[in-house]
Amino acid sequence: MTDLATDRTVSFLNEKFGDAILGQETQYDFHVVTVMPSHLIDILKELYSNPEFSYQYLTTLAGIHYPLDQKMAVMYQLHSLTSNQRLRIKIYISDDQPTAPSITSIFKAANWLERETYDFYGIVFEGHPDLRRILNVDDMIFFPMRKEFPLEDQTREDKEDEMFGR
Amino acid sequence: MNLVTETFKNTNPTLPGEENYSTLNLGPTHPATHGIFQNVMTMDGERIVRSEPTIGYIHRAFEKIAERRPYYQITPLTDRLNYCSAPINNIGWHMTVEKLIQADIPKRIQYLRVILMELARVTDHLICNSVLAVDTGALTGFIYLFEYRELAYEIYEEVCGARLTTNMGRIGGFERDFTPAAWSKLEKFLKGFPIALKEFEKLIMRNRIFMDRTIGVGEITAKDALNYSFSGPNLRATGVDYDVRVMNPYSSYQDFDFKIPVGENGDTYDRFMVRQREMWESLSIIRQAIDKLPEGPFHATIPKHYLPPKEEVYNNMEALIYHFKIVMGESDVPKGEVYHCVEGANGELGFYLISDGGRTPYRLQFRRPCFIYYQAYPEMIKGSTISDAILTMSSMNVIAGELDA
Repeated sequence: MTDLATDRTVSFLNEKFGDAILGQETQYDFHVVTVMPSHLIDILKELYSNPEFSYQYLTTLAGIHYPLDQKMAVMYQLHSLTSNQRLRIKIYISDDQPTAPSITSIFKAANWLERETYDFYGIVFEGHPDLRRILNVDDMIFFPMRKEFPLEDQTREDKEDEMFGR
Repeated sequence: MNLVTETFKNTNPTLPGEENYSTLNLGPTHPATHGIFQNVMTMDGERIVRSEPTIGYIHRAFEKIAERRPYYQITPLTDRLNYCSAPINNIGWHMTVEKLIQADIPKRIQYLRVILMELARVTDHLICNSVLAVDTGALTGFIYLFEYRELAYEIYEEVCGARLTTNMGRIGGFERDFTPAAWSKLEKFLKGFPIALKEFEKLIMRNRIFMDRTIGVGEITAKDALNYSFSGPNLRATGVDYDVRVMNPYSSYQDFDFKIPVGENGDTYDRFMVRQREMWESLSIIRQAIDKLPEGPFHATIPKHYLPPKEEVYNNMEALIYHFKIVMGESDVPKGEVYHCVEGANGELGFYLISDGGRTPYRLQFRRPCFIYYQAYPEMIKGSTISDAILTMSSMNVIAGELDA
């Protein structure tokens, strides 16, 4: 995995994009950078085309719901196959009518991943060529991975669910 | 919260001459797709003009279920992703949790895991390749190799008691050491399988009909493959030597000497050849692991996460407490985000896990290689015939369980 000590990516992003970088942390063997949603495309394009980094491989993309903060996050995980560095980029958006920029213009692989994230979290990716549900049925009217849909049957009255509930 | 969804329409443009084209449904339950997924193809005579994959027929909401399961109960869910090589998924998940709790895993366990993961890779590749041969009309080789899949499953049975959905091992190691029967079955497999594989290669590899059917079929360039985030044999067939086992070694893969086979053209034949050569490399890794296998325990010393022996539970109070806490899923885990990836049979199988310190994951995402590379399929088969489209799908090794999660 990434050699965190020598990785210049975070300092480069701070120099180049300054205000658009909202936070950074280290989680196990990853640098995690939180950026402003409006600058996401610029940052990914720069990381893609800059020969020093060339993050040209999108490993994965996932939505996360934080109902207590009324927020959603989208996580993008990049991999540079030339220098074998990995990087995680996050954006935070409101969980009421969430929208995020689509990165399908940079990575074709993001197409289905964004459709899946839309399908389960309802995040609308602006600029996506074909944003439809992918794994669930088309006429479903809710987004099942959101935290307001617990798995256990909520009508049960025979037991207190504190021990097992989230 | 506003839950009204907008309806998004299919934005595929209408093609000129559309009224002369016919629509063909390949699937959802077609024997040639080897799984439940559908392709709606627009055909101009024999040629495919456009194809629209519809997936999700066996979606089982594993990511949602995982948000309510204690960590050790998520292993059976991973079985059902790529069910042709379940041990890789199981062990990949165990390693993710071990990374989260920063457990120290003894060498012997790492080597045993390598043996099982490579065995799983062999069984997965042999199914893919022999079924590809069946799809071209060569049934014999399939029968030759399937006998050895059976023998490999008997090894799983000795190790964990199950065959297909293995639920193999525990967080921190294995529930028991390999039995003498497991070792002798492994030896039997390693003795017999190379002979069968040689015979299979003699039948298929330079077979004129097979070569004519597969060379130049379903090509994809390295650039496109990378942009589509291909991984595993499908990426290596295009000439990119990306293998997680070498780039980010896990479970002591750096101790073994093996090659990464790469192809050149990224066509069906290259994918076949890459898998074929990988099987030989896997056999060599298994042999090296058996030869170098160190002595030691079969599980790590992590009493908070690894069940104590039953004898202890009845006679020792600490063991009883740990037993109870583990079974109830109340073992403490640190807060954090961890991503761990292993080289699955189809490519980079990743587990992105967010823990908030609770008994279950806050969020768990499986990076399923099938799901990511299958989206390139319409582009790969555009302009080809139906029979070639079948071979392309077969050689990509699309497993419905992994596709739909």
